[in-house]
Amino acid sequence: MIDLYILLGLIVIGYVVGQYLEQRHYRSIKQRERDFIGLATTTSKRPIGKIPDPSRVELVEGACVISVDYFKRFVARLRMFFGGNVRSYETLVDRARREAVLRLKAKCSNADQVINLRIETSSITKGRRNQVGSIEVHAYATAIYI
Amino acid sequence: MLITNTEEIPGKQIVECHGVVAGSTVRAKHAGRDIMAGLKNLVGGELKGYTELLIEAREEAHSRMREQAEQLGANAIVNVRFSTSSVAAGASEIYIYGTAVTVR
Repeated sequence: MIDLYILLGLIVIGYVVGQYLEQRHYRSIKQRERDFIGLATTTSKRPIGKIPDPSRVELVEGACVISVDYFKRFVARLRMFFGGNVRSYETLVDRARREAVLRLKAKCSNADQVINLRIETSSITKGRRNQVGSIEVHAYATAIYI
Repeated sequence: MLITNTEEIPGKQIVECHGVVAGSTVRAKHAGRDIMAGLKNLVGGELKGYTELLIEAREEAHSRMREQAEQLGANAIVNVRFSTSSVAAGASEIYIYGTAVTVR
C-alpha cells in the first residue's frame, strides 16, 4: 500500500513540476526562435543565393541532453503495452532538437547563412534496463560570414 | 585551420587532399552527476551535467582531429562528421572524422 502511495506521489510530482518546466521551456524556445528568424539556415550543401566572397567559414555546434518526467515515462510504459503513438516522448525529442538548433544559432548569430545543418540523436542511458529516459541531440552546421 | 562539414569551402579551392583524419574519446559520467541526473529524471528537463560532459568530450576529439591534420600539413578539414555511440551503460564514445585538405 505504501508503495502505491509513493508511486502515485512520484507521478503527481512528475506531472505538476514536469508540465510547468516544459511549458516554461517551450516559451523560451519560441521566444528565441523569433529572435533568430532572420538567420537563413539550410540543410543544403551549398549556400542558397549568391554569396559573393565569404570571408570566413566555421563549423558550429549545439548540443542538449533532455530527460522526460516520471509521469510521462509512466504513460509511455502503459502505451508500450497497447502500442500506438507515444505522444509523451514526442515533446521530449521536439524540445531537445529545437534547443540544440537554437544553441547552434546562438554561437553564430551574426553569420550570413548557416548551411549543411545536420541533427543527430542518441540515447545516453541506453543499456540500462532498456529505459529511454533521456536523449542527447547534437546539431552541427557550417556558418558563412561575408 | 578551416573546418567545415560541407564538401567544399565556399570561395576557396581545394588543391591537395591529405586523406582522412579522425579523433575519438570515450567518457564516463561520474557518480555525483549520475545521482543528480537521477533526481532530475523525476521532473524532466535538461541534464546540464551530461550536456557539459558531452561538449567537453567533443572538444577533446575535435582537437585530436585537428592535431592530426596539422601534422599532415593541411590547412583545412572538410566534410566533418560526428558520431556518438554508447559503448557501455554510463559511458559514451564520441568520434569525429573528416578529410584533411589544402585550400587556396
